Amino acid sequence: MAAPRKVACVEIGGIPIALSTCDDRFLDLLRQRYNGFLSSSPPEFELEFDLTDTVPVSDDDVSVRREDNNEGNKKDWLIERGDFCARWNPRTGQGRVRQNANPYSLDSVLRILHSLILAERGGFLLHAASAICGGRAYLFSGVSGAGKTTMTRLAPANITLLTDEISYLRPSADGYAAFGTPFAGELARAGENCTAPVSALFFLEQGPENRVDELTSAEALRRLMRNILFFAEDHRLVEKLLATACDFVARVPIRRLTFYPDARVWELVRNFDRDFGRGFDRNFQGVPEHV
Amino acid sequence: MSENCIYIARSSAIAARALAGEMMVMNSADSTFFTLNEVATAIFQAADGHTPLREIVREKICAQFDVDPEQAQADAEQFVAELSGHGVLIVSNHPLAAEAP
Repeated sequence: MAAPRKVACVEIGGIPIALSTCDDRFLDLLRQRYNGFLSSSPPEFELEFDLTDTVPVSDDDVSVRREDNNEGNKKDWLIERGDFCARWNPRTGQGRVRQNANPYSLDSVLRILHSLILAERGGFLLHAASAICGGRAYLFSGVSGAGKTTMTRLAPANITLLTDEISYLRPSADGYAAFGTPFAGELARAGENCTAPVSALFFLEQGPENRVDELTSAEALRRLMRNILFFAEDHRLVEKLLATACDFVARVPIRRLTFYPDARVWELVRNFDRDFGRGFDRNFQGVPEHV
Repeated sequence: MSENCIYIARSSAIAARALAGEMMVMNSADSTFFTLNEVATAIFQAADGHTPLREIVREKICAQFDVDPEQAQADAEQFVAELSGHGVLIVSNHPLAAEAP
């Protein structure tokens, strides 16, 4: 008789997902890793984990594609990398994952699943640090080494860290909201499980002085798209994601932030709303046209 | 491939949006993202599968931009080859039917 499954419900970005396993040690790992994001809310989705023999975390490219299941024309998402294989039915919300007990594989599966759910709901995951300052969320994106973790390390004590690595963004009534995530980067510290309306997105560059520069809407979109975490080979979802990115560019001020790595840069961030205004629609120089 | 019989069509695997004079193109097969400048955008938008590339260059590029016709044709062929290599454009010696997504 199979061992009973035990469940931990992990709620990231307001989306509770039940993670179940027969393995007590893996359950402990889940609870420990996502401590602060555990939830008693009824789950919207479920993933059952079946553990396999140890396979090293893979640098192979991930493959995320839709595949026929046993329900005729209904299609499951098939998510594969060297160290895991997952199948998830978006209609039933249920899925199954085969992986070893490695937490990095677990993080990857969850990130990909959230990226699929978010894409349908007009949100996305962004390779960016984010933090709440004065009740508003600020995002800091850029290539590796641009300063995401540095910005979070320089943050004053009254700043709430949402993440130093993967920002979680969903549309809201007045723009977009950023949510904390447990997905940590170099800081090796999970974000706080809270949310705030997004005030601005900064693309980071380190330099000899602190300054904020405008970006054209096209440049803002170009940089945004290059930093969105998206893995699915799916035409419809790609169209939706591009539309979401255009909407984000229209509604959220996006700037280049050149900074000298000391705490004074946070004064610039803190005063952004006052100095630049809450410039929704300020990025756009034209209405995006669907082709 | 003879330059007189190049036909180009947009792949059904791409999503595209025009923004501030530039075309943003994303390939759903591998999530690669491209930005096309004004000239490239004009070619991309005219890629209907049945207008020869030479006619596109003559009508959409040479008529609208101050460029040497031969240079424009050479640049267009290079651009088409690059985007074809990335799966954004389909190239053929014969007219192409529009791909259904």
